[in-house]
Amino acid sequence: MHKDETHQHMHRYGIYILVWMGLLTLTGVTVAVAGINFGALTIATALIIAAIKSYLVLTIFMHLRIEQRVFRIFLVVALFFFIISIVLLFADYSFLIKS
Amino acid sequence: MNSQEHVVSHVHRDDIASRMGMWLFLFTELILFGGMFFLYSVYRFMNAEAFHVAAKELNTLIGCFNTAILLTSSLTMALSITALQKDKKNLSIFFQLITIVLAFGFLINKYFEWAAKFDHGIYPGSDTLLAKESGEILFFGLYYVMTGLHGLHVIIGAVLIGVMTRLTIKGVITKDSYVKLESAGLYWHLVDIIWIFLFPLFYLIT
Amino acid sequence: MASDSIAINGNEKEPSYLEYGGKGRGLKSWITSTDHKRIGILYLCSLLLFYSVGVVFGFLMRLELIAPGRTIMDPQTYNQIFTLHGVIMIFLFVIPGIPAVFGNFFLPILIGAKDVAFPRINLLSWYLFAAGGVLAILSILLPGGSADTGWTFYIPYSVRSGTNVTFTLFAAFILGFSSILTGLNFVTTIHRMRAPGMSWFKMPLSIWSLYATAWVQVLATPIIGITLLLVAVERWFGVGLFDPALGGDPVLYQHLFWIYSHPAVYIMILPAMGVVSEIIPVFARRSIFGYKFIAFSSIGIALFGSLVWAHHMFTAGMSDTGQFVFSILTFLVAIPSAIKVFNWTATLYKGSIELGPPLYYALGFIFLFSIGGLTGLFQGTLAVNIQIHDTSFIVAHFHYVMFGGTGFGIFAAMHYWIPKMFARMYNHKAAKIAFWFLFVGFNTLYFPMFIMGWLGMPRRYYDYLPEFHIYHFISTIGSWILITGLIIMFTNLIRSLRKGKIITEKNIWGGETLEWHVPTPPPLENFEHIPTITEGPYEYKQNEEPQLEEVK
Repeated sequence: MHKDETHQHMHRYGIYILVWMGLLTLTGVTVAVAGINFGALTIATALIIAAIKSYLVLTIFMHLRIEQRVFRIFLVVALFFFIISIVLLFADYSFLIKS
Repeated sequence: MNSQEHVVSHVHRDDIASRMGMWLFLFTELILFGGMFFLYSVYRFMNAEAFHVAAKELNTLIGCFNTAILLTSSLTMALSITALQKDKKNLSIFFQLITIVLAFGFLINKYFEWAAKFDHGIYPGSDTLLAKESGEILFFGLYYVMTGLHGLHVIIGAVLIGVMTRLTIKGVITKDSYVKLESAGLYWHLVDIIWIFLFPLFYLIT
Repeated sequence: MASDSIAINGNEKEPSYLEYGGKGRGLKSWITSTDHKRIGILYLCSLLLFYSVGVVFGFLMRLELIAPGRTIMDPQTYNQIFTLHGVIMIFLFVIPGIPAVFGNFFLPILIGAKDVAFPRINLLSWYLFAAGGVLAILSILLPGGSADTGWTFYIPYSVRSGTNVTFTLFAAFILGFSSILTGLNFVTTIHRMRAPGMSWFKMPLSIWSLYATAWVQVLATPIIGITLLLVAVERWFGVGLFDPALGGDPVLYQHLFWIYSHPAVYIMILPAMGVVSEIIPVFARRSIFGYKFIAFSSIGIALFGSLVWAHHMFTAGMSDTGQFVFSILTFLVAIPSAIKVFNWTATLYKGSIELGPPLYYALGFIFLFSIGGLTGLFQGTLAVNIQIHDTSFIVAHFHYVMFGGTGFGIFAAMHYWIPKMFARMYNHKAAKIAFWFLFVGFNTLYFPMFIMGWLGMPRRYYDYLPEFHIYHFISTIGSWILITGLIIMFTNLIRSLRKGKIITEKNIWGGETLEWHVPTPPPLENFEHIPTITEGPYEYKQNEEPQLEEVK
């Protein structure tokens, strides 16, 4: 419980640089896609790409991939709270009938 | 009472607990900004057209550039930890300093962005802004508050990393004890993630 | 609970946490201490101080309302007093309440640890708490006077009001930060510092409650932080986020406010339920019925409690679908609470009941909380809600759950644990007399509010129609009985610290959790050797007689 074995095997420089290049590429993709009008899909695409970028930052830069499992569970709990709140908020707003 | 001589036993070091505490704190930051994303999503849902119009005022190029700056600063932050693990103290300090420089670059860009808008008379409470449609007023209200609060966190993050740099130089943070640097890194990556979402939602909805 | 090596033999030389000098002497050693036990007591003192102020405000409110028309104050003052009464009671008493005082003092001991995970952050939490409290009270003295918006700070009035709203918002923000730090400290402590052998399902139930509470503190509090910050920003800069004059949606403010403030009531009640779960098995000399159900129900309450916030807003202008969804979820959240009440009752059934003072208050909790909880279901029913929203019915409901529930839970915790903390026993008879004054006074004060609320008496009203006079009159008399009870109770407890019988035995009540296996009062580091846990926390041996002292 006290020895922090997981962290002895940290990432090497290379993988960080790879992820960084991936992040920049994805940013470019987002900007390119934004120029094309998919309607409602544009915002969805932008958010999905942002989610992928965040996933990369979380798992590699923030070491979630090599951390203890409980950290990933924590993140799921926090995200769940966030998402369910937005869903319930829209349970009100998407059904508002504007006079 | 001879209580002054009582020996307090060695406080056990627990790096996992330290990281756990920082992660929990990051969740609070996430939800702090999350509250504003709630506002953004509802107001955008109700004022889609006005948001679209208002977003045209923003400079996508600077936004892009700032995104690249922050992403790179995340890289240098991560590299600084690996460098320290490999006992390359000076390299680690170098990467940490680059991170701080990039942070300042971001802030300077932000300053110019805001200044340009102020010049155009678009700031909270201005007549120009109040003359616009309510959806646009909301957009800019959210823009200033969200990027402003984010900027504040960039400053806090930069200061935090600065503290870690000093501790690294002094040898408090070392190859065998670097959880403080890791925690600062976690904070910095969160600041990056928030911007990853802010960028498309404000700059790319034209 | 059999543990192999807690024995602190020949401990006469080991100073208790009360004696250990720490840094500096006297007061300085207390307010700079990172010892979780001292911090718990710092919280206890400051909490009770703020509580007294809140009680005085309540007393004044009831005095004003004893008759229609002006009695002792003008309407503006009344608005400010009920605002501060709410802010103080909620943010400075009930929310920090049990976690800050008893969680801090006993959590590490209950899990077999020497302190919390982050002792210095623990002290910071208290500094923030004290600062927030001072700010809130200071707002009275500044020009403009204290806020008059109600503790809910609804838009647009909170943006328009000329009183010191921002000051109070700032105080609440700091208090939220204090709560967040406590929450993250507890989550980390419970995950990382349990004694060897203490699996999740061997933890005392109060720890399960504190754990669920801590998660709500961490996740929900930031929402109120940002919401109040945005109101302040809107006041200062005219930004336009909620203000309808600038295109904002005041109902969205209410959504954001209640996304925190509803889970906040579960921050309030869960620890009190945890205390009751500790007391009942001890005073029934029986293992708790349905340990796992109670443990999971704590998590369930935290979870479901985060999904029901808009039931505070049914009449504010929500969509029909929204109302329907939140009403259903509100009914669901009652289920885990009911499970707890059934399990406590089942534990008492055919138990060997010892009617000590802690049990009085725990039973009071169960009775009063049940009334409060059931009336919550009335309110969650959409058609009924239209009738009773913003009436005294609501006021009665939340006082039954927050005061009859958490308040009595705090009283129960005090009577259960203060003897352990200070090694002094209070007078049991006085404690029981105080209980009856409190119980009778409480019901006399709040039950009429159900009736008059139903009949149409609005809440937060300074004046009222003559037809409501009799209810208000009875209610105010009730407040006097209640306050008498408070005076008797606190006099008894405080007096015991100096004049009470000195306690030397470790196990005062015959409990099986770890705090009853360490010296009274506990030494600085709680345990000489961290125990190894082999059994659950409520394993009473049926043939064993407890070594209980007869104290009158």
